[in-house]
Amino acid sequence: MNMLKISIRHAMVSAAGPSMLEIDTEVSPQELLCLYGPSGAGKTTLLRILAGLIKPDSGRIEFEDTVWFDSKTGVNLKPQERNVGFMFQDYALFPNMSVQGNILFAQKKKDRAAADDLIDLFDLAALVGRKPHQLSGGQKQRVALARALAAKPALLMLDEPLSALDSEMRTSLQEEIRKTHHRLNSITLMVSHDVPEVKRLASSVMMLKNGKVMAVGCPENLHFGNGPTEW
Amino acid sequence: MGADFIQTMLLTGKLATWTTVLLLLIGFPLAYLLAYKRFLWKPLLEALINMPMVLPPTVLGFYMLVAYSPSNAFGRFLEQYFDLRLAFSFGGVLLASILFSLPFMVQPLQNGLLAIPVSLREASATLGKSPVTTFFRVLIPNMIPSVVTAVAMTFAHCIGEFGVVIMVGGNMPGETRVASIAIYDEVQAMNYDRANQYSMVLFLISFVLLTVIYSMNSRKKRF
Repeated sequence: MNMLKISIRHAMVSAAGPSMLEIDTEVSPQELLCLYGPSGAGKTTLLRILAGLIKPDSGRIEFEDTVWFDSKTGVNLKPQERNVGFMFQDYALFPNMSVQGNILFAQKKKDRAAADDLIDLFDLAALVGRKPHQLSGGQKQRVALARALAAKPALLMLDEPLSALDSEMRTSLQEEIRKTHHRLNSITLMVSHDVPEVKRLASSVMMLKNGKVMAVGCPENLHFGNGPTEW
Repeated sequence: MGADFIQTMLLTGKLATWTTVLLLLIGFPLAYLLAYKRFLWKPLLEALINMPMVLPPTVLGFYMLVAYSPSNAFGRFLEQYFDLRLAFSFGGVLLASILFSLPFMVQPLQNGLLAIPVSLREASATLGKSPVTTFFRVLIPNMIPSVVTAVAMTFAHCIGEFGVVIMVGGNMPGETRVASIAIYDEVQAMNYDRANQYSMVLFLISFVLLTVIYSMNSRKKRF
């Protein structure tokens, strides 16, 4: 099954000073895991390490019986070899390509029918010809989700996907994320600061602080306090 | 306009075009290296590439001339293996011109690459695209104004080159006599009308190229 096994150490420097990211965990198949914690906790760093964009100092990452990273044997698969979908905080849509162009570019094999399918799923039909700078924040987010799915990733990672949006937009797009996760039928990792959002979407939550895991479990069983401000 | 005027202008255009085309091929990998890679000798490489910005053209011209001489290793190598003597030839001027215009190509390309958000390259990588695909499909299309600036700056700079050409190439009609040399030559001979013809053409070309650069760069930012 699509089990994700993470055991890594990585020295970080954030605004709060240096800290050590220490993660030892296994993520079960079909889990929608929310990474929750104050800024500088290492949430984004963890996602970037999993995507292969940052090389951790030491440890091992394994997904579906494939070793992605192992400091002992020197294995470190490139991002291209990991087959992950990564949605960036700024969405990172390619400005030179239309909505449809972004989705087609992401596909490993050109498949217009599959692209049209995604365009329908995320209600983008009216926007296919538009360039990213002609889109609103919520529209960009939907395109970014569709693009991340177009490559048929084995693992989906969303870095604060809804942080730039107002609360009304957030609620409707949380539904899109749920839809995306179900369609993918694999693991989704999502960074979020927003307690209601975490409670609504997550099947499990990992609470991080200063690079350490403070708690892991289903959202119902965790104590969130008054949200990130309390941390 | 005399045949020698046309010959000189064509040669000037030929030199600038070849320099620009070859520098585009050389400049992109260098700009990529300087923009995105970290390595020990980077400050040294960066300083070398940008030396022509501060160096008198005659200094570069002098050392090129020394290097071309068959009594030195590089010149001997060229003569033995390629039967080539670069001093006072078009090829020699072209090579010197490439070195001398290098920063005018590399700097705008480097700045253009640096202006592209890192997340675009990372997004392309997570989508499984190779650095080559990313370069041609994502990076270049999103830095067109920088490419135009680099090309126009290089071309304009090359057309206006004097010191290096006179050192390395001299003043041989049809071979190394470019417009900037011709102006000097005509003034020496007190042919002011002819000097004015050359000057006017160079002035107009440079003016048009710079206008193109500034109109490209005043467009709305995409990022």
